[in-house]
Amino acid sequence: MSTDQNILVKLNDAGLQLNNKWLVKGVSLQVEKGKIVTLIGPNGSGKSTTAKIALGIYKKIGGSVEKYTNKVGYVPQKISIDWTLPLRVNDFMMLTESLNKDTIDEALSLTGVIHLKDKNLGDLSGGEFQRVLLARAISKKPDLLVLDEPVQGVDFTGEIALYELIKKISDELSCGILLISHDLHTVMSATDHVVCLNGHVCCSGSPMDVAKNNEYKALFGEQASQILSRYQHKHDHIHTDEGEIKKN
Amino acid sequence: MFDDFFIRALVAGIGVAFVTGPLGCFVIWRRLSYFGDTLAHSALLGVTLAFTMEFNIAISVFVISSILALILIQLQKKTNLPGDALLGLLAHSSLAVGLVVVGFLTFIRFDIMGLLFGDILAVSVNDLLIIWIGGAFILLTLKFIWKPLFASTVNYELAEAEGLNPDRAKAIFTILMAAIIAISIKIVGLLLITGMLIIPAAMARNLSSSPQSMVIYSIIGGLLSVIIGLFTSLEFNTSSGPSIITAALLLFILSLFKIKQTIKLKN
Repeated sequence: MSTDQNILVKLNDAGLQLNNKWLVKGVSLQVEKGKIVTLIGPNGSGKSTTAKIALGIYKKIGGSVEKYTNKVGYVPQKISIDWTLPLRVNDFMMLTESLNKDTIDEALSLTGVIHLKDKNLGDLSGGEFQRVLLARAISKKPDLLVLDEPVQGVDFTGEIALYELIKKISDELSCGILLISHDLHTVMSATDHVVCLNGHVCCSGSPMDVAKNNEYKALFGEQASQILSRYQHKHDHIHTDEGEIKKN
Repeated sequence: MFDDFFIRALVAGIGVAFVTGPLGCFVIWRRLSYFGDTLAHSALLGVTLAFTMEFNIAISVFVISSILALILIQLQKKTNLPGDALLGLLAHSSLAVGLVVVGFLTFIRFDIMGLLFGDILAVSVNDLLIIWIGGAFILLTLKFIWKPLFASTVNYELAEAEGLNPDRAKAIFTILMAAIIAISIKIVGLLLITGMLIIPAAMARNLSSSPQSMVIYSIIGGLLSVIIGLFTSLEFNTSSGPSIITAALLLFILSLFKIKQTIKLKN
């Protein structure tokens, strides 16, 4: 049993070895109710793998995973659905759980794709399909949401709206969210805890702490560090009415 | 008008069609047609064993096919050979071993053509019981594993992540495949069983827009194929299996016209 009732999933020194090569190693993190944990890191740094370890998709892992809920919603990064399957959006919504019409309609409305309900899944655009995936994951009102780049291919305004929605869901359902994103701008404003991966945990903490971390700077560059800290930094200067910057 | 044997064949064929309909859809969705073929080829070995030991054919075939499926799963895990090569290896070697054993069984006479292509004269009341009870059991089990099996067909990781246990569903489905081959061998013949699984389902795919409707069309297609095929078999004295599969093919060709119409409407 968990000592802390709020913990939904906990990774202890977890990792995955494939063909004698560690894809990711020594990851310890936990997701709690109502909290958003974000994984960042360059391509191939093991973000998706870590998410799948947390979900229990891999059986032979290093370390251990403690999962305290079975109500999970998952938006995978890539999804290879066989488009020859006759599958409408409505059928897809009920893939892992039977839901009533109102629940389905509500979720599809939230992500702005209610008009596609009777369309064949193969006829959707990438962005539309991504919205359907997100709708499906939230419709079952899960305790734990794992979102692997949930807004890829979504248009710019939609992207902001969906991130706001994710934040809202985490508050309303008080579910824990494990989020993977490349978009440092949008994500950092909402996230509670950041884990920076590069085959291992290179640093973790609040967005502010991570931004200050030297390893993070080395990995993403100075500019990314500024992006990250923008949302939480205290002004060390004031903007004058003329638009000039004046040091305190 | 009907002789008794024909009614038995008809009832048997209808029972088989009810089960091959939904199972065939999964064979298409999960791309298992060569897997089905491999299990069917191994059925010959099961039949010869049944003859040597004076055992029930359906049960013997079921056991041999299940063992073959298990061997296949193990080989997939432990070798680096591609899946289709392993399937070919098992299909042809089990067929070959089966035929060699047949060669040794000179003391027993049995109709090899009937075995390969189905024989409506061969259906006994016992077979009817096996088909209908076994078939009901297969359908009930399929209904029970439908959700995890279908979800993992769409996307394995989603099903696993959201707690549906797709591995168990897949293992059970493999057993069901062995079972359907065992019960349909008398009526369709072991070389054509995969045809009975995939052709009505392929026809159904052309007509349907949801998984449920595909299953229903697939059952209807199978039933029509069996009825048309068996009457042809009676009328022209052809083997039952090829007659049924030819009827299924005609239905599939008809279903292509429906697609043409849909495409026209879309443009």
